[in-house]
Amino acid sequence: MLKVVKYILTDILRNKVVIGYALLLLLVSLSVFSLEDNSQKGMLSLLNITLFIVPLVCIVFSTIYLYNSAEFIELLVSQPVRRSSIWLGIWFGLAIALSLAFVAGAGLPLLLLRHDASAVLLFFIGIILSLVFVSVAMVSAVISRDKARGIGMSVLLWLYFALVFDGIVLFFLFQFADYPLEKAMMVLSSFNPIDLARILVLLQMDVSALMGYTGAIFKDFFGTALGIGVSFVVLVAWVVLPLWYSVKRFEHKDL
Amino acid sequence: MRAALAIAVWAITFCGKASGNSLYVGPNEVYRTIASAVSASVAGDTVYVAGGTYREQRLKIDKALTLIGKNFPVIDGENKYENVSVLADHVVFTGFAVCNSGVSSMNDIAGLKIYDRANVLIEGNRFENCFFGIYAQKCTDCIIRNNTLVARKIQEQQSGNGIHCWKCDNMQIIANSVTGQRDGIYFEFVTHSVIWRNISSRNLRYGLHFMFSNSDTYAANIFEHNGAGVSVMFSNHVTMLHNYFRDNQGDAAYGILLKEISDSYIDGNYFVGNTSGILVEGASRVSMFRNSFRSNGWAIKVQASCQEIELKGNNFMGNTYDVGTNGSLVLNTFDGNYWDKYEGYDLNKDKVGDVPYHPVSLFGMITEKYPVAMMLFHSLTAALIDKTERVLPSITPELLKDNHPLMKPLKL
Repeated sequence: MLKVVKYILTDILRNKVVIGYALLLLLVSLSVFSLEDNSQKGMLSLLNITLFIVPLVCIVFSTIYLYNSAEFIELLVSQPVRRSSIWLGIWFGLAIALSLAFVAGAGLPLLLLRHDASAVLLFFIGIILSLVFVSVAMVSAVISRDKARGIGMSVLLWLYFALVFDGIVLFFLFQFADYPLEKAMMVLSSFNPIDLARILVLLQMDVSALMGYTGAIFKDFFGTALGIGVSFVVLVAWVVLPLWYSVKRFEHKDL
Repeated sequence: MRAALAIAVWAITFCGKASGNSLYVGPNEVYRTIASAVSASVAGDTVYVAGGTYREQRLKIDKALTLIGKNFPVIDGENKYENVSVLADHVVFTGFAVCNSGVSSMNDIAGLKIYDRANVLIEGNRFENCFFGIYAQKCTDCIIRNNTLVARKIQEQQSGNGIHCWKCDNMQIIANSVTGQRDGIYFEFVTHSVIWRNISSRNLRYGLHFMFSNSDTYAANIFEHNGAGVSVMFSNHVTMLHNYFRDNQGDAAYGILLKEISDSYIDGNYFVGNTSGILVEGASRVSMFRNSFRSNGWAIKVQASCQEIELKGNNFMGNTYDVGTNGSLVLNTFDGNYWDKYEGYDLNKDKVGDVPYHPVSLFGMITEKYPVAMMLFHSLTAALIDKTERVLPSITPELLKDNHPLMKPLKL
């Protein structure tokens, strides 16, 4: 497995798209911090970019990469290596490479230019989101044999997490506005890693607006060490469960 | 010569009268209790009280005396009594520690209560663990200065107000510090008075509670971490200058809650880190100039029931939402403010933006109506909703806009 990881990693780190992705993040994060006169605003822009670009690049790039290396995977399968270790090896390769790109592009400037809890949190959130969307990409790649369908599915999944889910939440909220929804919303947010990540970071930043009743409930949970811990467990579940499912599918897949 | 003599005679008689006799109270003095000294004195005397603890039950000051405490002698109310009752004009009360007044839900027991009097000076005292701190009813021309009030009550019912004025006129509340009471400073039916340089923090309800009090000024006060901020209601001709409203956070907490206020003037105040900087409801003819709104949830909420509110030359920086409202009727003016969220341009370089700024965000309105929508705060969906609304206002009031938004913040 280690050999697979090493091979994939060196292959991806030389990939122009990943280098471009890291450079783009670097450019964006340096410019938001130097252009904005108040660094709180820069932080917000960076949060939005992280929540928008990171999932998109991770899911689309990983899916395309998986389809492009279909022949390489077939070659590996013919060797005396367990299928699960091939698949996990690819996951590790992709995950490490894309996390490194995030750390180099956005994580380091973040830690160097802002020194507070929200920056550290955003750093880890960015890494975890990269892992989550690599896992989700593995699922969409393993389900469909057709490259176009697979990539289409990952784009749709991204669209769902970034946009459609929130629309559904808003709809749900308007329909059931007469009921106390605070707890339901907290549960609902754990169904979308992007939402969960955003709430976690925002609670460290925009305290005032969130301090209303809803904010107080959110803060009582997400603001505490327990809440942050539980949220991270949920995020890790978002990494592990899709990955586990894709491994199961891949083990029995007719290549 | 004759004139000089007359002046000398006048001066001697006047000074003699003003100084009066001195009476000393203390464990080793003639008078062991303050009450005995008060009853032995005549108007114009000075009573000096040495350090120690005095259990006077209810100390009544019914003559024009000057009471001076040395080393903060403690007047202990034993959690039963009203410590000090001022029942005469021209009383000076300074340098005491008034502790542990009674608590009652029937009577307003206070550490020190002034009954229908004028020209009383309460200065440099400490009030600890009192129900009401200083209570003035139907008083005129009194000065309450440099006092420190500290209470540690948990429930609103168990706690009274720090400095409570009811039906007063010409009061001066200066440089007091109030902590942990129900309302820090309470004004009801108080006119022509000034509240200056006080610090009111961590009170259970309001830092300043202000009702039916016309023609008053409060300036250079600090109100922070109060349960519900500051509330100014049902008054007119109120002037608020250079106050700090800081970190008043909670669902119903406001930097200032302005309800049914008219003809008032709010200038040079700072609103920092409040859930809502200002909430204006049913107000008319209020001018807000040169205020600074920083890092609030909502900088200002102007309800549609207001008219002729004028906001000019204010700074709005780092607020989550700049302006909130609850209807489409706009009878107020926003002009020449600096908004850090303004995305317009300035082609002719006159430092005024060329396109108007719409400070109300639709997502802000949604969260106001459905607070749970806060979950989607700063999400892509919320941003899309806001952007489309900014381009084509359909739900947010179209007329609520700043036609001359500044490009650079004002130096405030």
